[in-house]
Amino acid sequence: MQRWLKVLFFLLIVKPVIVLVIGLNVFQRERLPRRGPHVLVANHNSHLDTLVLMSLFSWRDLHRVRPVAAADYFLANRWLAWFSTHVLDIIPIRRDGGGSRRDVMADCRAALAAGDIVVLFPEGSRGRPESMQPLKKGVFHLLKESPQIPLTPVMLRGLGRALPKGEALLVPRNCDVAVGEPMRVGRDSTEFMATLETAFEILAEQCRASAWLDDWQ
Amino acid sequence: MFEIAPHVETVIIAVLALLCVASLTRVWLGQRHPAGDGLELKQRIRSWWWMIGLLFVVLLLSRNAGILFFACLSYLALKEFFSIVPTRLVDRRVLFWAYLAIPLQYLWIWQGWYGMFSIFVPVYVFLFLPVRMLLLGDSQGFIRAAGVIHWMTMLAIYCLSHLAALLTLPVLNPVAGYLGPVLFVLFITQFNDVCQYVWGKRIGKRPILPQVSPNKTWGGFVGGGLTVTLCAGLVGPYLTGMTWPLALAAGALLAVCGFFGDVVISAVKRDLGIKDTGQLIPGHGGILDRLDSIIYTAPIFFHFYRYFAY
Repeated sequence: MQRWLKVLFFLLIVKPVIVLVIGLNVFQRERLPRRGPHVLVANHNSHLDTLVLMSLFSWRDLHRVRPVAAADYFLANRWLAWFSTHVLDIIPIRRDGGGSRRDVMADCRAALAAGDIVVLFPEGSRGRPESMQPLKKGVFHLLKESPQIPLTPVMLRGLGRALPKGEALLVPRNCDVAVGEPMRVGRDSTEFMATLETAFEILAEQCRASAWLDDWQ
Repeated sequence: MFEIAPHVETVIIAVLALLCVASLTRVWLGQRHPAGDGLELKQRIRSWWWMIGLLFVVLLLSRNAGILFFACLSYLALKEFFSIVPTRLVDRRVLFWAYLAIPLQYLWIWQGWYGMFSIFVPVYVFLFLPVRMLLLGDSQGFIRAAGVIHWMTMLAIYCLSHLAALLTLPVLNPVAGYLGPVLFVLFITQFNDVCQYVWGKRIGKRPILPQVSPNKTWGGFVGGGLTVTLCAGLVGPYLTGMTWPLALAAGALLAVCGFFGDVVISAVKRDLGIKDTGQLIPGHGGILDRLDSIIYTAPIFFHFYRYFAY
């Protein structure tokens, strides 16, 4: 039942809206994982990010894709909480530091153990469009005990312009999605974070199609 | 619904036959050179089937469906422009207003209000958008942003909307119906792209604009232009209300305008350092890569036809 709710929501609402209003330029779509356990890490500028990332998957694989989302926002009221857990099927995570780090990650580990594709935004929260905040090390801690699980970086560009943080007006524009090569965490957290950041920089080069006047000034 | 003028029917069948020939040739080439990478050609031809199929179905449905279809094309083109050109984050609301000009512009066309349709974007939208920008209170980069937004609005909304306007002109040639002139300008423009490319490959040597578009040569331009002019002279009286000398002149005009539309969008892409404007049409690139020459030929042909043929 829940599985079909999610598939129908994406097929009937999200995908048509994304085709009409957003329009995606996807680079290296074939690198997306077909099955879990797998972790997808992306930059975060807009509420559209999660929906766009999930829409890239075929409806057959969609029930496996589970975004990690902030409990304080997505479980804020009853309606949003129902939508988040029943339709989006999020893995809620507490940003306020409640619970130890082990607890925070427990749900993600369980999902990975069940063979899901977990979507993570290592910046922690939505930043200003087209600028990345420092990446947090949560991904490393999530995967350090099961280093065989691969992760794939995905660069999203333009969505923060279509619907930035704190805005309700969605302005149509085409957006870029660049999928990177799958990688593994390794032993050293500093080394891994540097590799991940380099991977994002390389992907950002591919999304050069959209220049910004703000950058020119 | 589906009342097809006889000449339009013939042209539609001819175009579909041409597509069949293209598909069969590709299959034949693929069998002769199995090692060659035919993926792009395959995608290109398949996209042609989609585009032409969609165009025919929509245009044959009704005049209003055609107007709505061209409105959607304007929207997609404007969206693609706004996604590749530099704009300021603060101008999001201005871009939203620019999108709102599309339904209005096509409403005037649907109403047949020629006066409003021909001045709405160049006068009212032109004056309104900077005022909306002003209210945002950020004057840094103002001139550049205002210029870019208005130029894109003109190209994507105003110029393309002339295709829809052609649908609403009084019918001069009853056997070609209201679709005749639109099909004429669409096919002559696309044919011109193809001819200039083919002639350029055959006899093209000296590039016309080496810094913008090195593939555009004098040989391609003249050879393609002459072929298209002749072709327009033959097809013009069949599909429109023009006599053959007038149709010849229209053909020459379309060849020149189509060329310039193509290189103007090339210059935009070169300035931004991109190869394609998007990924909407597999094998072709973005929608602007396909509409580049039509942006120039549509308004020019509309006024040429309206002035000389009536």
